[in-house]
Amino acid sequence: MRRLSLISVPYLWLLALFLVPFLIVLKISLSDTALAIPPYTPTLDLSQGWAGLAQWWAGLDMENFWFLAEDNLYWKAYLSSLKIAVTSTLLTLLVGYPIAYGMTRAPDEWRPTLMMLVILPFWTSFLIRVYAWKAILSQEGLLNQLLMNIGLISEPLIILNTNLAVYIGIVYTYLPFMVLPIFAALDRLDGSLLEAAEDLGCSRLTAFWLVTMPLSKQGIIAGSFLVFIPAMGEFVIPALLGGSKTLMIGKVLWEEFFSNRDWPVASAVAVILLLLLIIPIVLFQRNEEKQREAEG
Amino acid sequence: MAETAPISADFAPWEAPDAKPIIQFKNVTKRFGDFTAIDDLTIDIFPQEFFSLLGPSGCGKTTMMRMLAGFESPTEGTILLDGQDIAPVPPNKRAVNMMFQSYALFPHLSVSDNIAFGLKRDGLSKDKIADRVEEMLKLVQLSQFASRKPHQISGGQRQRVALARSLAKAPKLLLLDEPLGALDKKLRQETQFELMDIQEKTGTTFVIVTHDQEEAMTVSSRVAVMDHGKIIQVATPQQIYEEPNSVYVADFIGDVNIIRGTAKRADGDHVHITFAADHAPLIAATKRDIAEGSEVALAIRPEKIAISTEKPEDRNNAIQGKVLDIAYLGNISTYHVELPGGAVVKAQTANTRRVHRRSFTWDDSVWLSWTDTAGAVLVE
Repeated sequence: MRRLSLISVPYLWLLALFLVPFLIVLKISLSDTALAIPPYTPTLDLSQGWAGLAQWWAGLDMENFWFLAEDNLYWKAYLSSLKIAVTSTLLTLLVGYPIAYGMTRAPDEWRPTLMMLVILPFWTSFLIRVYAWKAILSQEGLLNQLLMNIGLISEPLIILNTNLAVYIGIVYTYLPFMVLPIFAALDRLDGSLLEAAEDLGCSRLTAFWLVTMPLSKQGIIAGSFLVFIPAMGEFVIPALLGGSKTLMIGKVLWEEFFSNRDWPVASAVAVILLLLLIIPIVLFQRNEEKQREAEG
Repeated sequence: MAETAPISADFAPWEAPDAKPIIQFKNVTKRFGDFTAIDDLTIDIFPQEFFSLLGPSGCGKTTMMRMLAGFESPTEGTILLDGQDIAPVPPNKRAVNMMFQSYALFPHLSVSDNIAFGLKRDGLSKDKIADRVEEMLKLVQLSQFASRKPHQISGGQRQRVALARSLAKAPKLLLLDEPLGALDKKLRQETQFELMDIQEKTGTTFVIVTHDQEEAMTVSSRVAVMDHGKIIQVATPQQIYEEPNSVYVADFIGDVNIIRGTAKRADGDHVHITFAADHAPLIAATKRDIAEGSEVALAIRPEKIAISTEKPEDRNNAIQGKVLDIAYLGNISTYHVELPGGAVVKAQTANTRRVHRRSFTWDDSVWLSWTDTAGAVLVE
């Protein structure tokens, strides 16, 4: 009984904060838009009893999903989000791996400080940090001023409101999610393994490729999913740093909800996004399980 | 303590004047900051030796080994391998392999891939690698575990994989860092003999680091007892045990009674050692030149002291004392006997019969006796 109540806590949590909201969104996605509050029909009217329920059920259809499939704006937005998420995950990996590697190689007394520096940005609001990038990347921004003052460029670079700014924003924001799991994997690595590799004839570089890389694979996979999954549905960064040409599904979703006030279509977009993300989430959990088995 | 039967009979290149050493340490010093790990150390190690570095932790034995492997370089002095200075040679280019204390098996590779790891670096053909891996697996009797991962085999098996991996490249010199430290006692004893067997079969020179004196005595052709970065004594296990050159060595290896006193020269090779004012001096044989009146220590192993109720007539040294404690260890019993001056001496008797009544018990007055050659006279 005690065990049951212990197990039920996380399940209740999931039920209240994930399943119930998801079912609400799913229901809205099957509704039709309407000039009303809330802006969709049908709404469930329980005062009419069974008849009301039947009427409500009859009002639900897949129309919005057919609409999404027909209008190429949406699948283009999904594809573009996918491309941006994959590219920025790779970029984050390229930046994050050396940072994590450097942290494990740093003298012991430096490690808490370095760890702190990685986590420190979380102490400031995410929104403010993204706004700060606007000030850095804009045409009159700090970066252009600096580059012009040292004479590297004569014309200001146009970075803000391009995809490049989105990549910079995503890499910057999600870097800690990449660094921390890789750091954890590298930190567990027994130093004598590298000595053994050298002893058996490896140069430092081959030892890195043959021992360090494969043994930090789990960290790389975990970090990549932790960056990819939120980047896929990212809204704030493309909205603030990206231009009109930056097509991301998060932005489309926002526009459907708040500009078009088409809740049913917006909900359908969200449901499909979630279904798409379930694939990497399942893969991520498989990876975690495999790791636990390997360590077992 | 076992002897390596075929090799040790007349294997003693260190006594041959024309034998060429495989390893030479020449006045090697290694400092880490202010700490001197190795202090002006000179030693020769010969081909096919099973050489042990024995000492407490922090004595510099691991540093010596890491210098041989190439992970540390000497601050001063030179190390020669086959007459060549190895200081400029990086670890991956040395004909030296090491078996790590933690085994350092690659967890992501199977047993056979672990063994093949070094061979692949040499760019051998696939067939040759496969043959060599097969041969190594046979040597350590792990053929049926070839495709397992390290975490799927037992500790003893992992130890053997580590040994096979370090031997696969047929190094001139194999370094073993506490190779049996992680095994339980019974397995350790079995593995010691396996290790000696493999060393003989392959003819490789083994240098082993250990803090376990029993292990060093069992497997080695010679043992170097180290302390504070210096080698105190290098000799065969038997010499180390029976003829220690210092109180430190006598005390470090096995159980020993140290009786301190003043030496007086007697006839021939003998000295008289006065250890208490009211007792006749002890008589001990020694080949050493002991100065008249110098302070000496007589080191006697407990098993060389006889214990009896009557004063024995045939032994030169006899002291009366009182039984303070008896430790029954099954195969032997150790008696702690208090001498008149308050010093406690240990004497051992073998329990050769299953049923017998102990002749003495606590607080009995007994005679301890030994011959003049039983103990070693040490100058401090």
